[in-house]
Amino acid sequence: MVSVRSIFTSPSSLTYHDLPWVIKHREDRCTLCGRCTSVCPVGAIYLTYRRQRVPKLDVLKKKRGNEYRHFVGIRQQTDIAKRCIGCGMCSMVCPNEAIGPEPNQNENRSHFIHNQKGEAYKRGGRRNSTGATILDRISFDRISMLTDPALDAGRHEFNYNTILGRVLSPEDYLKKKATGEWIPPTREVFPFIIGSMSFGALSPNMWLGLLQGVAYCNEVLGIPVVMATGEGGCPPWVLKSPFLKYIILQIASGYFGWDEIIRAIPEMQCDPAAIEIKYGQGAKPGDGGLLMWFKVSKLIARLRGVPEGVDLPSPPVHQTLYSIEESVMKMIQTMSMAFGFRVPVYPKISGSTSAKAVLNNLVRNPYASGLMIDGIDGGTGAAYDVSMQATGHPVASNLRECYLDLVAQGKQNEIPLFAAGGVGKNGNVTQNGMALIMLGASGVHVGKYIMQSAAGCLGNELGRCNVCNTGICPKGITSQNEKLYRRLDPDDVAQRVADTFMGIRTEMKKIMAPLGRSQSLPIGMSDALGIDDAAAAERLKINYIC
Amino acid sequence: MCRLALKSADEPFSPYEVLTAMEAMQEGYDGSGLGLLLRGIEFEDFKLHPRHVILSGIAHTERALNRMADYMTDSGYDFRYQHDFERRKGIIDERSRGRFKYVVRVYRVPERWKSLTKKEQEAELLATRLALRKDGEDHGGDLTVFSLWNDVITIKEVGWPLQVGNGLSLDDNRIRARVVMAQGRQNTNYGINLYACHPFFIQGISTMTNGENTAFIPVKEYLEGREVPGYLGYHSDSEVFAHILHYVTKVLGLPLEVYKHVITPLKTEELDRHPQGEFLKGLRTACRRLIIDGPNAVIGTLPDETCLLVMDQKKLRPATVGGRPGAWAIASEMCGVDALVPDRDPSLDFQPMREHTVIIPPERKELTIWSQFDPFSLAQAA
Ligand code: SF4
Ligand code: SF4
Repeated sequence: MVSVRSIFTSPSSLTYHDLPWVIKHREDRCTLCGRCTSVCPVGAIYLTYRRQRVPKLDVLKKKRGNEYRHFVGIRQQTDIAKRCIGCGMCSMVCPNEAIGPEPNQNENRSHFIHNQKGEAYKRGGRRNSTGATILDRISFDRISMLTDPALDAGRHEFNYNTILGRVLSPEDYLKKKATGEWIPPTREVFPFIIGSMSFGALSPNMWLGLLQGVAYCNEVLGIPVVMATGEGGCPPWVLKSPFLKYIILQIASGYFGWDEIIRAIPEMQCDPAAIEIKYGQGAKPGDGGLLMWFKVSKLIARLRGVPEGVDLPSPPVHQTLYSIEESVMKMIQTMSMAFGFRVPVYPKISGSTSAKAVLNNLVRNPYASGLMIDGIDGGTGAAYDVSMQATGHPVASNLRECYLDLVAQGKQNEIPLFAAGGVGKNGNVTQNGMALIMLGASGVHVGKYIMQSAAGCLGNELGRCNVCNTGICPKGITSQNEKLYRRLDPDDVAQRVADTFMGIRTEMKKIMAPLGRSQSLPIGMSDALGIDDAAAAERLKINYIC
Repeated sequence: MCRLALKSADEPFSPYEVLTAMEAMQEGYDGSGLGLLLRGIEFEDFKLHPRHVILSGIAHTERALNRMADYMTDSGYDFRYQHDFERRKGIIDERSRGRFKYVVRVYRVPERWKSLTKKEQEAELLATRLALRKDGEDHGGDLTVFSLWNDVITIKEVGWPLQVGNGLSLDDNRIRARVVMAQGRQNTNYGINLYACHPFFIQGISTMTNGENTAFIPVKEYLEGREVPGYLGYHSDSEVFAHILHYVTKVLGLPLEVYKHVITPLKTEELDRHPQGEFLKGLRTACRRLIIDGPNAVIGTLPDETCLLVMDQKKLRPATVGGRPGAWAIASEMCGVDALVPDRDPSLDFQPMREHTVIIPPERKELTIWSQFDPFSLAQAA
């Protein structure tokens, strides 16, 4: 027997019951194949030999004694760096359903020691808060089928596309048309946009799958989906391909990848869909992008013009410029000019009470083509947990305020507003997106939902997985490790992208038909929205229903 | 569903004719209200002069009537004539609604207007109407003003159309007009209000609709932001049709054909093949906030007595136009056209499809039918 005093325990010692996920292993089913231990992305489990004492009493010989049984079993690591992340890959590979993680129903003590070596907790994913969001609670309650001939979502034709790009007032349009002046470029796109996820954050297979899917949506299904790259450039073969027109290129504070882009301009077969200038991100406002060293592979290093295997943090702000006004103005103008004023250029900011100030600035800038507001529930590949959890502004009221501000100026949709941050967080992607559109968004950006839907991302808001920052993505979505990302077949991803957008399109029609809307996307149709929360209804200026 | 009837004829006729036509279309219609707009007016006992304007509305109290009269005088309008409706008692419930006077008054425009351009004069007329309307609203709604224009009379009342006509003795032939628009049924979506009753009027332009504009709120919010005087009220989702017509033709100065391209633009694939596709695509983008939605047939009239009919983009509502040189009718039901112009060749009746704009020109010789797919002349913009 080991004496209790000699047991080693330190302030950071944990038992497996202190961890967020507890592995349930059924010895009776385990064949000791070892697949779980080899697939586990964090090395949370190991095979080990154990000894069990079996007391033995020989009644006839009147002798007491012990026997020892040896067995092989799976054990869970309690080291914080190797804690189980609940990804469930072990269950996925187990031939006998002998193993799997279960969320710890008790407190989770690992929270207290996430700052080992003074490093605050970093992760990928998005805000870990569960339950219905405000968007989930909005319903579409102005049903016109009762008074008028019904629209048939299956049979009638619906115009559901939106405009990306600066929209002129009718007066200005006619004037400029008559005098032959420059008219800002616009694009007709599907209002659900694949939000910016960088080529460094995503694996090459994921990226290829998304792009293939997007191209299929455009060219075969007639759904003009576009996708945004995130910071870090775009593979040269894409830049020089006709697929570039489906891509929104992002420029952010690290300017990674832009050498390559600028060099490719003369060889581009078409213009990109738009340029997004990232000033902020909903998941981590005030923080720049971060690509951790283990994801900076040879390819990524080449694209970004940096050495391999170094951390690539982008500064929190665009350093070269003095004020945000100046920065926005100069960058928008520069980017517009680089593409011959043929490409819409718009900034992306994090949801914030100051969003209106940025918006008003853009209204006065004739080259600004839109504003993208990313709310607190937005996802990211890597950020400090505290930024994700507690920094930022939910998108619904932020977007609504900005829209109503434009309405008050008679300029709604002149600067089209795009919203993001938690769209589809609980799976209700179309409902969430349409709610935002009816609150005034011209479209929405969807990131995490697409990863879940198109590539089977395992992350959730209970802290499941969320290790996208470390390059060990068990699904091969956010890893630059070939061994991992070859798990992901780009063709399958493309297929799922097409499935997803076909589904969204049908659901959009199912929402629009009963509202009697088919001729145009119901942007700002707030009379059709209701929520069962009087305060939220008041704030969003929609109906209170109960 | 609303019932709409319009008749346009060279020979002035009694508005009662149109009310009887509405009776023909009574099936399925709840008769909850009537709106009448008359153009090309002839009074039995007064001759209109080009410098005359007609004010129509309802003074709900004597005080309101006096305030109205004072305001007009103070603004320099010279009172010339008042049409007193022969009010048959007991037909319209007037007492509970406070109908002191159904106003149809003719004024001579102020002397000082001689130096004003036509546009400025129109702006003045609008300003006067809005001021009177505001005055009524400031006094608990005791004054309702429908129109103030050269030769337009507007009558609106709650009740069964024929009954309203009888109550006001519209059958006495004392008022006749070359163009009469009539709509039956109050707005049902946004509460009962006289201002919510079609036809809607702004600076000589008028429309009425059967249907529902499901894009009402975004369109209304956009019009309200245009800072164009008179773009207010919106007690009905259909009022925006009149204002968009005004915006397109008067504010933007675009030809009438463009109205249809603004409210129900063609699809991108269709515009790709259109001779003016590039211009129209840009226009669609610039005017996308004015795209209407839902099932609608919009019937409109313009100051020069042009009448028009357009359908929603899916043609979800019925409407027929028919007639003969000199007399034409547009109605939401075919039987309405029968009743309005019986001596026509019904085989020539036309039911517009989603791309059509049907025009009855002021000469009333023949119909003009424009298709959205056809080119149009666009001097100043293209
Ligand atoms: S759930 Fe994932 S992290 Fe946990 S043991 Fe299984 S494979 Fe490893
Ligand atoms: S599956 Fe990959 S992308 Fe999804 S949460 Fe896990 S690590 Fe991130």
